[in-house]
Amino acid sequence: MSTATIDQAHAGHSTHDEPTGLWSWITTVDHKRIAIMYFITATFFFFVGGVEALIIRMQLWNPEQSLISPELYNQLFTMHGTTMVFLVAMPMAVAFFNYVVPLQIGARDVAFPRLNALSYWIFLFGGIYINLGWFIGQAPHASWVGYSTLTSSAYSPGLNTDFWFIGLSIIGIASIAGGVNFITTIVNMRAPGMKMMRMPLFTWMTFVTSFLLITAIPVIAVALIFLGFDRTFGSVFFEPAMGGDPVLWQHLFWIFGHPEVYILILPAFGVISDVIPTFSRKPLFGYPIVVYAGILIGFIGWGVWSHHMFTVGLGPIADSFFVAATMIIAIPTGVKIFNWIATMWGGSVQFTTAMLFSVGLLAVFTVGGLSGIMHASAPVNLQQHDSYFVVAHFHYVIVGGAMMGLWAGLYYWFPKVTGKFLDETLGKWHFWTTMVGFNLTFFPMHFSGLFGMPRRIYTYSAELNVDLYNQLSTVGAFIFGISALIMAWNIYRSARRGAPAGPNPWNAATLEWSIPSPPHHYNFPEIPVVRSREPLWNAGEREEVLAVTMPDPAEEPVMPVPSYWPILLAFAITLAWALVMTGIWWVIVLGIVPVFFCVLMWAFEPAFPEGH
Amino acid sequence: MRVLPNWKSGVRPRVGAPLRALLPILLLALATGCGVEYPQSTIDPRSDFAEIIHGLYVSIFWWTMLILAVVWIALSWTLVKFRARPDDPKPKQIRGHLGLEIGWTVGPALIVVAIAIPTIQAVFATQRPLEGDPIVVEVTGHRFWWEFHYPEQGVTTANELWLPVDRPVSLRLGSVDVIHSFWVPLLGGKRDVNPVRAVREGQDPRYNWLYFTPNEPGLYMGQCAEFCGESHAFMSMRVNVVTEGDFDAWVAGWFDSSGAAIPGDPGVIEGADPEAGTAVGPRDDEVESGMATAQAGDAADDDLVATGRDIFLNQAACGACHAITGTAAQGDIGPNLTLFGLRTSLAAGIMENTPENLAAWIIDPERFKPGVNMPGTGYNMESRIVAGSPFFWPATGLDDEQVRAVSAYLLSLR
Amino acid sequence: MAHTAAVHDSPDAHASHDAHATNTGISNFKLGFWTFLASECLFFGTLISTYMVYKGSAIVGPYPADLFDILHTTLSTTILLFSSLAMVLALHYVHEAKRNVAIGWLFAVIAMGGAFLYLEFQSYLKYIGYGLTLGSSTFGSSYYVLTGTHKAHVAVGMIWMAILAWRIHQGKIPPSKSDQVEVAGLYWHFVDIIWIVIFTLVYLIP
Repeated sequence: MSTATIDQAHAGHSTHDEPTGLWSWITTVDHKRIAIMYFITATFFFFVGGVEALIIRMQLWNPEQSLISPELYNQLFTMHGTTMVFLVAMPMAVAFFNYVVPLQIGARDVAFPRLNALSYWIFLFGGIYINLGWFIGQAPHASWVGYSTLTSSAYSPGLNTDFWFIGLSIIGIASIAGGVNFITTIVNMRAPGMKMMRMPLFTWMTFVTSFLLITAIPVIAVALIFLGFDRTFGSVFFEPAMGGDPVLWQHLFWIFGHPEVYILILPAFGVISDVIPTFSRKPLFGYPIVVYAGILIGFIGWGVWSHHMFTVGLGPIADSFFVAATMIIAIPTGVKIFNWIATMWGGSVQFTTAMLFSVGLLAVFTVGGLSGIMHASAPVNLQQHDSYFVVAHFHYVIVGGAMMGLWAGLYYWFPKVTGKFLDETLGKWHFWTTMVGFNLTFFPMHFSGLFGMPRRIYTYSAELNVDLYNQLSTVGAFIFGISALIMAWNIYRSARRGAPAGPNPWNAATLEWSIPSPPHHYNFPEIPVVRSREPLWNAGEREEVLAVTMPDPAEEPVMPVPSYWPILLAFAITLAWALVMTGIWWVIVLGIVPVFFCVLMWAFEPAFPEGH
Repeated sequence: MRVLPNWKSGVRPRVGAPLRALLPILLLALATGCGVEYPQSTIDPRSDFAEIIHGLYVSIFWWTMLILAVVWIALSWTLVKFRARPDDPKPKQIRGHLGLEIGWTVGPALIVVAIAIPTIQAVFATQRPLEGDPIVVEVTGHRFWWEFHYPEQGVTTANELWLPVDRPVSLRLGSVDVIHSFWVPLLGGKRDVNPVRAVREGQDPRYNWLYFTPNEPGLYMGQCAEFCGESHAFMSMRVNVVTEGDFDAWVAGWFDSSGAAIPGDPGVIEGADPEAGTAVGPRDDEVESGMATAQAGDAADDDLVATGRDIFLNQAACGACHAITGTAAQGDIGPNLTLFGLRTSLAAGIMENTPENLAAWIIDPERFKPGVNMPGTGYNMESRIVAGSPFFWPATGLDDEQVRAVSAYLLSLR
Repeated sequence: MAHTAAVHDSPDAHASHDAHATNTGISNFKLGFWTFLASECLFFGTLISTYMVYKGSAIVGPYPADLFDILHTTLSTTILLFSSLAMVLALHYVHEAKRNVAIGWLFAVIAMGGAFLYLEFQSYLKYIGYGLTLGSSTFGSSYYVLTGTHKAHVAVGMIWMAILAWRIHQGKIPPSKSDQVEVAGLYWHFVDIIWIVIFTLVYLIP
């Protein structure tokens, strides 16, 4: 590559960064700004889903209580699940993909910047759309898995399920587009010398997750199309009276749904695989093993879906197959945990908040993994399935795994994004209230489940004697809620008045720390050459890299031009899908026209300034 | 708002079963003291099926505790021992160790095998019909109640399943609407009650089956474990495991009119197949014949019961949906109410079966079970349009006195 | 729809700014589109699997054996196959900078796609006449949604070709930007291959 000299840095070129203002955000195609929008939106939905959870917990405080109506309760837990999975955990991971991956691989942007913006706007509009039902009292109410035949027009005659299946289809488009984008980016746009096996683990896990996205989402898309046809045009996919099979829905849903679990957890694994070495001042132990374990989890994740369906009655042979596959997947997961511990072993472990969340993940995710082994055993599953034991399990995995990892990432990369530290004192409050609140909420659920409390029930009989566990959970949930407020306050305050952070405040090893914080909109004045997995930890390489990444460029790199077509196209797509609700074929066909128009305008608009 | 049951399960926890108590020992003792009953406990097996599951659970539990201990101790030890100190030199940059990698791959793999083998054995052991002479019950899930049909005995009942102790059971599970799940934890794991798919002529529809042998008499609690809509939480059931003799007596009582306060007209008993007749017969004749054979007893009560019977069969036409063996009431839409007076609970196990609760239920079922198909008396609710059905069930329009009479009639059926 | 938008994202702009080309030597545009097609494979895979599971579970007729006219479908299949050849030729002449010939072949692609759709809709009408509708049986539902989705893909492809023809006519696709036609070709061939799979599994296998 070209060698930038320090002279260029002093050439007096001012870096005219991106313009500010609302319009600049609406039309932005900068992966970093899109990441920030993803993060803020996901955090907003996190509070929406959290409030839903708190109302649920209040309703369950006492047995046979009726604080709210059963119908509202059903809407709340349906939207809590849907929100937390599709509007919080996934997009928050995508926020990190967006911000970090191009920086980690030494790229100036993602492969398709406008497509990236489109993904965000579709996610935003889809997220709003799926919540619209609240305003007419008809929020989705058939649980986040939407099992047929409960979603049929016979048993869900209102608009509730229409909001659900249309909203999810819209969001699915964003996910597939995101997957395509990140695969292309990671395969094609790495800096010279950044071989696959030199990529930071977070980028690796993004890569695996992206494959899961592009392969899993189409399956649920088809299932949602079937459901839409059943509800809107009278097809009989899930109509038992016509020979349709409600269990087909479950297969399609979980063929998507189990890879989805890894879509949620692998990004978190990626984050802590970067955080732990940084704060242990040691390279990741067993790097190739951790990479291969991640890939293996992605692959086997495709063959385990029916462990969500052991009670369905698939027969002993199918059950045994899925028992075996599910148990096998525990092995690479365990290997990862041991490698993380080995990374810290012999290191010099600094307990920053990011590190605390990573260590916290190891401690509590293990609990979730092990309760997972329990119901991976099909006969045991028959007792635990759809009980609060399972609720405890998957919250340990998704909150204790995915969310903890993402919060570790928040504290780790916040200085890069803003140039300021998140407050460490508040951070530690955030961590400890999270640990206390989270465990107090979900650990007692193991007991309410073992003592026979089914999930998705509006209330429970006093005879079950599970009120104490429910009350503990409710108290825990409110503490957990406080921890979220601490986090929000910390973000708000630190973004304005945080202690300034340099380019590499943690003395980390990877490329994103070789550029100023916050980075210029073009990321790298010149693309550095990489010679190892830890370019900033190796004397010599470090100086070479910094020589090209830190100085202001003589001539600013040409970046993609802002565009308002992503937001317009996203709106057109949302509108087109929404019109499916009318059930009138010509309205639906008309709805495609604006989509088509926006696609055309998009296609004819140059992505880069003319002349380049 | 809800009428709380004070009914007790009748199933006493067995003392001294160390395996069952081990998991929550500490927390349990701390939190609940002694003598708390968990009538839906998954770790208190009372059937062969539940015992197999429990044995498996306990062994997996210990394996996972072992792994958890290893991980947590290794983690804590590492964090304490290698916490950063001010004068730390740069740590040795170790990148991996093949032996360790192999070790922590093979170790967990062996544990996984140790778990998987008994698991798969149990999968096969629990999914085949039991030896012996199983009693077959066809379980039908409805929103939001359970129908139990004994094809051999010709008995159809609802929400309270009677089973003889120590005799193998084969439950055939099917739903008429959405997916439900049959779960009585003390008697074993759950199994989904799937909608029965229509098939071509000549093919057999597919059902799920559940096989177990209850090994201790008692009244067991269970409930629907697959989310089935608005009143999913109110879809409970009881399983009454009794001695073989009691069971036979119960079946006999189903057909034997002597047990009923007002016996039905023998002419309309459908014999071995009470489901067959759904037509509503000539009512006046029956009432008269029923009245004619009324047993001696308290005259006022008898009058009340007789009035209730008349209202049930004629004025309110409850028989359009409900069936009572030996009467013209042969509806198969709602629960079969034969021997209703023997039931401990009502409305699918959500209330104790008392005259007051029953009257409250008849007046306004929607209050207790939103989304229920049964109409109320019309005091405070509209007729309901049953989801997905063109039929209306108009409000019954009964007054309090009439409701009291109907309750008295139903409770007299024992 | 979003995906077709995706593929219009400028293909090679990035490479032209960095001193080095993409890591693989394949343009982002093309690689991204391949990735998208992988996603489409799963999409059609799910539709086809559902059809395979459902075609036998219809409880009322007409059944597959009552309907399918192999000859008719073979004709439409052949036409679609030949349209792929026309697509290859169109791309070839874009490389050669023979604009009008390329446009001619693109129109041939559109015409053959149109003929395919016409023949297929003809058989739709016939099947509906026999009583097979979206709601008549699981076979009907899965058949119409599978083949209908495929037809929608053909229609999108035709519109895409028309736009390309227009762009070529305007002179906006010189040989250096032949990627744009090549990717459209990838799409067309993919739709074609999917039809071969559908033809084999739906029509040929009894």
